[in-house]
Amino acid sequence: MSHSRALQAKPSAAAGGQAKPIDSIAGIAVADPLLTVADLKTYFFTRNGTAKAVDGVSFAIARGETLAIVGESGCGKSMTALSLMRLVADPPGRIVDGEVVLDGVDLLKLPEDEMRAMRGRDISMIFQEPMTSLNPVMTIGRQIGEVLTMHKTMPRDELQKKVVEMLALVRIPEPAQRAKEYPHQLSGGMRQRAMIAMALACSPKVLLADEPTTALDVTIQAQILELIADLQRKLGTAVVLITHDLGVVAEMAQRVIVMYAGRKVEEASAEDLFAGPLHPYTQGLMASIPRLGLMRGESAKTERLQEIPGIVPALYSLPQGCVFAPRCPRADDKCRSEFPPYEEKHSRHWAACWHAGEGKERAHG
Amino acid sequence: MTTTLDHSAELARAGANVSTRWQAIRFLARRYPLGAFGAFIILIFILTALLAHWISPYDPTLTNARASLAVPGAAHWLGADFMGRDILSRIIGGAQISLAVGIGATVLGLSVGIPIGLASGYFGGWLDLIIQRFIDIMQSLPLLVMALVMAASLGPSLRNTIIAIAIPLVPSIARIVRSNTLALKEMPFVEAARAIGIGETWIAARHVLPNTLAPLIVLATAQFGSAILVEASLSFLGLGVPEPYPSWGRMLSESAAEYMRTAPWLVIFPGVAISLVVFGANLLGDALRDLLDPRLRT
Repeated sequence: MSHSRALQAKPSAAAGGQAKPIDSIAGIAVADPLLTVADLKTYFFTRNGTAKAVDGVSFAIARGETLAIVGESGCGKSMTALSLMRLVADPPGRIVDGEVVLDGVDLLKLPEDEMRAMRGRDISMIFQEPMTSLNPVMTIGRQIGEVLTMHKTMPRDELQKKVVEMLALVRIPEPAQRAKEYPHQLSGGMRQRAMIAMALACSPKVLLADEPTTALDVTIQAQILELIADLQRKLGTAVVLITHDLGVVAEMAQRVIVMYAGRKVEEASAEDLFAGPLHPYTQGLMASIPRLGLMRGESAKTERLQEIPGIVPALYSLPQGCVFAPRCPRADDKCRSEFPPYEEKHSRHWAACWHAGEGKERAHG
Repeated sequence: MTTTLDHSAELARAGANVSTRWQAIRFLARRYPLGAFGAFIILIFILTALLAHWISPYDPTLTNARASLAVPGAAHWLGADFMGRDILSRIIGGAQISLAVGIGATVLGLSVGIPIGLASGYFGGWLDLIIQRFIDIMQSLPLLVMALVMAASLGPSLRNTIIAIAIPLVPSIARIVRSNTLALKEMPFVEAARAIGIGETWIAARHVLPNTLAPLIVLATAQFGSAILVEASLSFLGLGVPEPYPSWGRMLSESAAEYMRTAPWLVIFPGVAISLVVFGANLLGDALRDLLDPRLRT
């Protein structure tokens, strides 16, 4: 996997001047950020109490970069993406605090109609379910065309040409024919390609990919990931890749954020993270991936597939202290009473843990 | 519930090997013989209404003292009424009235009910609450009673009859659209549409509404039948389409009391016409429901 495109942010007139002073935000590892998220808090106010789905998440991403957000179901990674798009259902959810600065514009302060104009044009999103994310009674072509008509004015025949061009770009065979077909006539992989075509039709600066390959089978997964990476290179899009699949992360991302119960617990370059995960949660995630020798039973006596005991705590009743403490093998009294600060433990490798790096560090190096 | 129009996929699943529209129709007719029969009746009915001017043997309003209460025979196939008007011609003419009322009331009801239901379901909140309480009130009255009140206050004319029948249809249409909208607005494709910058009103009209069409088609077919029935009832009670238009309901009411025993054909033939058309509409509606609703397909 090539890392040549890592962090090579192109200097841009728009980005440089107005960007937030980055040293004020903990754990941002990008010099010339295209998108800066600072202390984002999205809470859900329900009858059972307040659920802090996203609780003080900060990150930044440069042009053309891929940032992965990893975590279990319910850790707030999808909510982070929806918050960036300002698509959190309100009520019950609300973005209570934070900044999302895209190219010098704070998206959270925009009026709704200006935000709507940004969606699809400057920041776009693809979803997990290619089966249900396309309207079943509209042709693929019309759905892609709709994005273009929403953001641009172009004559009909040019629109049609652009739609076919987009379908060809995402490598759908016979694009002109496919444009006239309905979603049910396409396979899952083809539908996800069509979704990508829709999301990228206006060449947005940022693409949020929320588990883009989870619903697809493995061979198709690889093709879709390759397609995203390829288009990213062609269009210079920054990609925020949300996934629970560490294999996907290793293949795609330059940098990784690990989330747990709405908070960022670790951030590092993909290489550093896989070489030496610091947070016990990240270590747990990696230990729960089956490895070839292990599955053959060669080392079954000494090493079995590890799981992380317990489940993600209910967001309504987060434990005091470190949120991961109840499931953590290394938790002590300090962990249970005090939330660990989010610190740079090694150079450009941040984690929020009192015992960061103990135990299995460098185990996979 | 999310019923979608997925014709070709559904046909393929049912084992049909169809490539042309005609083959598809033949397959469906064999699979739903009752529905096909209903469709056939409705087709005949519509053709009769459209071609009334050419196929009617007499002018339906032409009186002829000599033919008063004529027995069905060569001159008057279905007999003639007290004023000597040809029953067959009046039934053919009545088809026009019934078709106008059926289509008019259904279309009017749909065009009022759909926006109300869509707004109520999609935007929710206070709007939904207020609309739904109004609909509760309207639905607490039976269709016929509601139409009676409307017809009595609007006065008898073809236009008013259509309005009087359409208004009571609005609540059920609005409810169907609302309930489907509630489910559809949570679908990922609605969120995906938002994510590419499409506005809420546009999403409601272009993404959500077309997905509610299948249950609406079924409902419209059923309401087409009941609109015809209500028109007949209103006319029977003297509140429907006024003279001299030949209305099936009034043909019954004029003759029922006086001539039932002496000239039963005055009652039987309009009655058969009403029953057949309503029966046909219901059969067609049932078949469409089975065809379009995956949950009811066996």
